[in-house]
Amino acid sequence: MDTILFFIFAIIAVVCGLNLVLQKHPISSALSLIGVMGSLAVLYLMLGAEFLAAAQVIVYAGAIMVLFVFVIMLLNAGSEKPGGKSWFAQIAGIPLLLAFIAVMGFVIETFLPALRSVRFGSFAGGTAREIGRVLFTEYLLPFEVTSVLILIAILGAVVLARKEID
Amino acid sequence: MHHVPLSWYLILSAILFALGIAGFIYRKNIITVFMSIELMLNAVNLSFVAFAYQLRQVDGQIYAFFVMVVAAAEAAVGLAIILTVFKNRKTLQIDEIDSMKL
Repeated sequence: MDTILFFIFAIIAVVCGLNLVLQKHPISSALSLIGVMGSLAVLYLMLGAEFLAAAQVIVYAGAIMVLFVFVIMLLNAGSEKPGGKSWFAQIAGIPLLLAFIAVMGFVIETFLPALRSVRFGSFAGGTAREIGRVLFTEYLLPFEVTSVLILIAILGAVVLARKEID
Repeated sequence: MHHVPLSWYLILSAILFALGIAGFIYRKNIITVFMSIELMLNAVNLSFVAFAYQLRQVDGQIYAFFVMVVAAAEAAVGLAIILTVFKNRKTLQIDEIDSMKL
């Protein structure tokens, strides 16, 4: 059952990722990215990260992608024009990507000893309770710094996107 | 076989990261390039969660949570920059936004 679920959602993620790269229109790419994020949320759930799965759906597939789709609609972005690709990327791009995946697979299979096998429910450390306890004790300072970062990001976005008032 | 090896999750993460690199390099629309960056961040998050499972520690998930928060901030600022660029240049093609190129 675990294997079937993993394969279903891994294949959805890879196909949606390919679709993101191959589609010409940005709105199709955005919708495929939502597919990737949704299937990754299921994979997080299988790895015992309940809170992250919920946050993935709410923050990534919800908030961030709504922002992307909103900007695409606002700018009325059409299909991109073809051409202008370098000869190096055209010749060596796909072989180099396959080589990257092959090297990563080799490193993962060879140099990481004794990886566990994943069984749904055998690790339940990712509950909201446990995440909250660690986040507000051990990681309190990074958490507070993150809030300052968010504040700066909000100010930056407002300053960048405002209308010039003379 | 009832159990999935954890290495498959890591290889899936590598594949998604490679797709993100491909989109970042091949695509010419600035919004799609930005979405490829989000895809790479998601792939790295999957690795973090997989290693949190391997080590039976919640710390990896906390890091993934921070990546998520920083990605939200980055998306807000990045899309504001895209809006400003489009307002000034009237284009989203990265070939045509090359005034910083030598």
